[in-house]
Amino acid sequence: MLHIVNKSPFQSTSLQTCLRMAKPGSAVLFIEDGVYGATSGTSAEAMVRQAAGAIKFYALQPDIDARGATGKVMDGITLVDYSGFVDLTLEYSTSHSWL
Amino acid sequence: MKFGLLVSEGPYTHQASDSAYQFVVAAIAKGHEIQRIFFYHDGVNNATKLTDPPQDDRHIVNRWSALAADHKVDLVVCVAAALRRGIRDENLAPGFRISGLGQLVDSGIKADRLITFGD
Amino acid sequence: MSEQQATPASGPKVKKFMFVNRKAPYGTIYALESLEVVLITATFDQDVSLVFIDDGVYELLKGQETKGIGIKNHSKTYRALDGYDVEKLYVDRASLEQRGLTEKDLLVPVEVLDTEEMGQLMAEQDVILSF
Repeated sequence: MLHIVNKSPFQSTSLQTCLRMAKPGSAVLFIEDGVYGATSGTSAEAMVRQAAGAIKFYALQPDIDARGATGKVMDGITLVDYSGFVDLTLEYSTSHSWL
Repeated sequence: MKFGLLVSEGPYTHQASDSAYQFVVAAIAKGHEIQRIFFYHDGVNNATKLTDPPQDDRHIVNRWSALAADHKVDLVVCVAAALRRGIRDENLAPGFRISGLGQLVDSGIKADRLITFGD
Repeated sequence: MSEQQATPASGPKVKKFMFVNRKAPYGTIYALESLEVVLITATFDQDVSLVFIDDGVYELLKGQETKGIGIKNHSKTYRALDGYDVEKLYVDRASLEQRGLTEKDLLVPVEVLDTEEMGQLMAEQDVILSF
């Protein structure tokens, strides 16, 4: 399952609930305002790090760059472009957009 | 592979329609097929020909129309959501058609992947 | 990872569709318009599950009286779902508990799932639509 999170963890419970329900072996892709959840030094970082063993994390680079967060992404989060986003949706048999 | 998309928000207010567009462009560039893009909730507002955004910014509606013209992408606007929001044949932008929610379900059944872009 | 259903030897493809509701009713239209999708999907003979998580559990609360806000009360439509063969309604236990609610507060029979079960159900779906 590819979980797509587009909300900042400070705006909404989307990331928190997603991580509560995501199964090991699934992936989370941060897009739009969700990319703030991929940045280091926030109070949401621990939640992401804790899940990072079982779940692969990705962030959409164009959204990171747009928000001035280039260079602030946590270790262990893979940056992808839109082409990579497309590939992720094919790598996982289903996607779930957490709105 | 065949992609279906659900776009649930209108142009400009949310990034959803931009993200959907960029996804579609990337998918087409990789040789994939876009089976349908279904516009629901405020997403139907992507289909009005009456928008007139500032010249120095992207024209979201025209971008969709160009996608339909250049790549024959099926752009479908939900009739019930459209009626609620005043999107009708007389103000429909080129490349869009108004149809029922069944088209969304059909996409879910026929496409290999159905991706939602919303709020 | 879920497997897509192979096309049966006869008849159309049946996929597992999950509708995810995480928003409260009336403050936004998503609860109402997602129900409209569910009703249409039911006519396509697909395997439909509705899940209510986070504020989505409020969509099922008994006693919704909307005359004062002048918005149509759509909550009784949830009771009509079984007439459309949509019977798989699931609610996230943690979301209920966070909101001080129990099954008794809800207007339709549901199955309450814990986090593990909800995550597992999600992982089994072919198509997930969120609103």
